Amino acid sequence: MHALEKTLARASGKTQVSAGEIVLAEVDLAEVNDLYLQVIKSFRELGGEKVRHPEKTSFVFDHYSPAPTIKAADNHKKMREFCAGQGIPHLFDIGEGVCHQVLTESGMVGPGTIVVETDSHTTTMGALGAFGTGVGATDMATILITGKLWFKVPRVMNIVFEGTPPKGVMAKDMILHAIGDLRQDAAIYKAVEFSGGAVREMAQEERFVLCNMAVEMGAKAAFIAPDGTTLEYLSRYGWKGGEIPATDPGYEYDSVVRYDVSSLTPRVALPGSVDAVSAIPGEKITVDQVFLGTCTGGRLNDIRTAAEILAGKRVAPGTRFVVIPASRRIFQDALLAGYIETLVNAGAVLSTPGCGPCLGAHEGILAPGETCVTTSSRNFPGRMGSTEADIYIASPATAAATALMGRLCGADSL
Amino acid sequence: MNIIRGRVFTFGNNIDTDQIYPGRYLELTEHDEIAAHVMEGADPSFASKMKRGDIIAAGTNFGCGSSREHAVITLKNSGVAAVVARSFARIFFRNAVNLGLLVVEIPDLGDLGLRDGDEGELDVLRGVFAAPGGSRTFAPLPPHVLAIIEAGGIFRLFREKGAGVFG
Ligand code: SF4
Repeated sequence: MHALEKTLARASGKTQVSAGEIVLAEVDLAEVNDLYLQVIKSFRELGGEKVRHPEKTSFVFDHYSPAPTIKAADNHKKMREFCAGQGIPHLFDIGEGVCHQVLTESGMVGPGTIVVETDSHTTTMGALGAFGTGVGATDMATILITGKLWFKVPRVMNIVFEGTPPKGVMAKDMILHAIGDLRQDAAIYKAVEFSGGAVREMAQEERFVLCNMAVEMGAKAAFIAPDGTTLEYLSRYGWKGGEIPATDPGYEYDSVVRYDVSSLTPRVALPGSVDAVSAIPGEKITVDQVFLGTCTGGRLNDIRTAAEILAGKRVAPGTRFVVIPASRRIFQDALLAGYIETLVNAGAVLSTPGCGPCLGAHEGILAPGETCVTTSSRNFPGRMGSTEADIYIASPATAAATALMGRLCGADSL
Repeated sequence: MNIIRGRVFTFGNNIDTDQIYPGRYLELTEHDEIAAHVMEGADPSFASKMKRGDIIAAGTNFGCGSSREHAVITLKNSGVAAVVARSFARIFFRNAVNLGLLVVEIPDLGDLGLRDGDEGELDVLRGVFAAPGGSRTFAPLPPHVLAIIEAGGIFRLFREKGAGVFG
């Protein structure tokens, strides 16, 4: 069995499961974000009165944080009341950060746990060896009532990154390269495991990027086998430990795809589609706004990379550089390390930990005709504001180099 | 609802939830208001062209992107009788079943040469989709999934049977 199959087996009280089987599994951690007041409405419509496991339930206010509209404020208010009334202890209010990052730092997610959130990027949890997947409001409401959810056991596809990436090439470039090659429907209904030398050498923060973006190829869940790097991260955030399921030798993957990243150059997804991936275009592309942040590209390592590129320099005139740490912890660590000061001195604009302009709600919405380079994960028309704005997805290194030059360029060309 | 007949409207691959229901309308909660924006991101004229009982036919990965249920609510409440696609994004598929929207996966739909306005006939139990260009077979939905869709979603069943409804 695969480690993810063992996780699903344990949670559904079985010793053996296999791909295609439907299991009813106990959920270890359920999370609702502030887009989903519908969860509470569905909970009531389904006849719910008491949340089955308040201690395994969490709410995170991240998409509209702090509230930009009266409606959003009212949604927050109703969610706070629900948490108080149900005795839900894990309410991460405004400014705590993006749900996925907040949970990876919560000490509640570790190898072999089942994490379900009302958000597609829950695949991020795979980088800690957990089974993490996204659902809609109705599924979430049934979890709140029963503590369980049904899953179809997925087949597992293996993406292997070998080699040492050149300087200036990040996990983001690798995963964009893979999505461009395999396309956005490559992993529908499947889980994706990342392995290989380049992954083993990768910092934990970079591993999150791979698993986070696995959903952009359709993946249900992602996975990286936990190792010393994972355990070090987990113990830093208070994970108490537990059994670590490991994939049996001889497990047969659905497919295995290999990439050698030793000569990879920075990648971008061109406006409109995450799988329209190319090297940085040769022509000059003037950029109005650069956004560094989100559950994909707003971690300490990303902020450090930007600070190193911009230290003692200035953001190009005519370009706005919006920086939003993915969590309060990251914000604090970046403050202590001096990265925030460096970036603010260079002309960056800082905002509250959360999703920021990633889904076009606030804090940096794009006007018609504008061009943006972002470290986030989605770039379809209208994602960050006007449908007539162009969004390029890139790595934090590319984003910072672009902010410095005012035109789309990779850090390798500085 | 064993046999569904309706006009077909065709869409391509990777129709994401923003094309089905643009994010700028996420604050709406009334189902009729949500229905008014059906498929607006993919075809702004769709809402005015379509009638109750029409069928959407699409390529691979229909419903990819966010986990929003508005995408299902808009299709169902505008009267789309079924979505047939070469494949579905899984969160969308789950949401559709939970809310009672008929979704059918037909892997070789692509070479049927469907055109907008074609009359399509979906035989849900036998697993056959017929159109002017020919017919395609598909694996019928498992009985417990069909039962949920027929009940209009899981709400009533769940109140009666709890988690057992997922059989
Ligand atoms: S940061 Fe962006 S992708 Fe991540 S959860 Fe928030 S809106 Fe979604």
